[in-house]
Amino acid sequence: MKKLISIFTLLLLTFFANAQDVSMADTMKENGKIYVVIAVILTILAGFVLYLIRLDRKISKLEKNK
Amino acid sequence: MRRSWWKILGVLLLVYTFIAGLLIEVPRNPQLQETIRNLFFHVCMWFGMMILFIVSFVRAIMYLRTNKPIHDIASRQYAGVGILFGVLGYLTGAIWMSYTWIDSNKSVFNSFDTIAREPKLIGAAIALLVYAAYLVLRDSIQDIDKRARISAVYNIFAFAMLFPSIWIIPRLLDSLHPGGSEGNPALDPGSASANMRLVFYPAIAGWTLIGVWIATLKIRMKMLYEQKLSQ
Repeated sequence: MKKLISIFTLLLLTFFANAQDVSMADTMKENGKIYVVIAVILTILAGFVLYLIRLDRKISKLEKNK
Repeated sequence: MRRSWWKILGVLLLVYTFIAGLLIEVPRNPQLQETIRNLFFHVCMWFGMMILFIVSFVRAIMYLRTNKPIHDIASRQYAGVGILFGVLGYLTGAIWMSYTWIDSNKSVFNSFDTIAREPKLIGAAIALLVYAAYLVLRDSIQDIDKRARISAVYNIFAFAMLFPSIWIIPRLLDSLHPGGSEGNPALDPGSASANMRLVFYPAIAGWTLIGVWIATLKIRMKMLYEQKLSQ
């Protein structure tokens, strides 16, 4: 039983060690630069949405005029 | 702007997706790393495509039952936006794949022979080509009533083809792509982290609502055009 537990903890430890080794964009989050990416993609999204709203308004106008 | 609450909801859901999708804690998977966040964008394209194709299918049946031209136009436009979502899903998948599937001992180009055999890719390609044929068939018929009826019937056939090509066969075969014979990790409650599902489901709703918005704009444009022709 003791052996089993020690093997299990060893497995668990290696799993967590591995999990820490996976390189993620941690530095990007630490120094805050990830917010630059968010600003860029939100700008693009805003551009697309404004375009859709303008198109929607124009079509509504045409529907009224007919 | 007409009936706009769901348009605002769609935009807000996408803003949430873009912010939370990049900031939340995601599982540390050694193969995917940060690319796991593509779940909120690439996978949502396919879910959006399926929902838009279902709407297109329902409108095709409604046309056959009522013979009202609005249903025919709606069916065509929902299918069009669905195809757009599918193509975007394919392109984003190609980018994602070239960073996570390739054999690191070979170049991307030389890994192609294994990647080209993926059942998910072949199934999705078949589904998209069947819908592309819908557009070709539709535009090749001059008579308006005949065009509407034949394309509505073909639309039902194309929808039926989605079942084997993307919902059944790829699920039975082994694949590098998740969601094969081992089950769907994005929908399985035990697999995706709870954090990710918090963004994933709103993302599907947001992308789908934007797709519906684009489709309704195109339907209204087409209706104006038809009215102008008949005057």
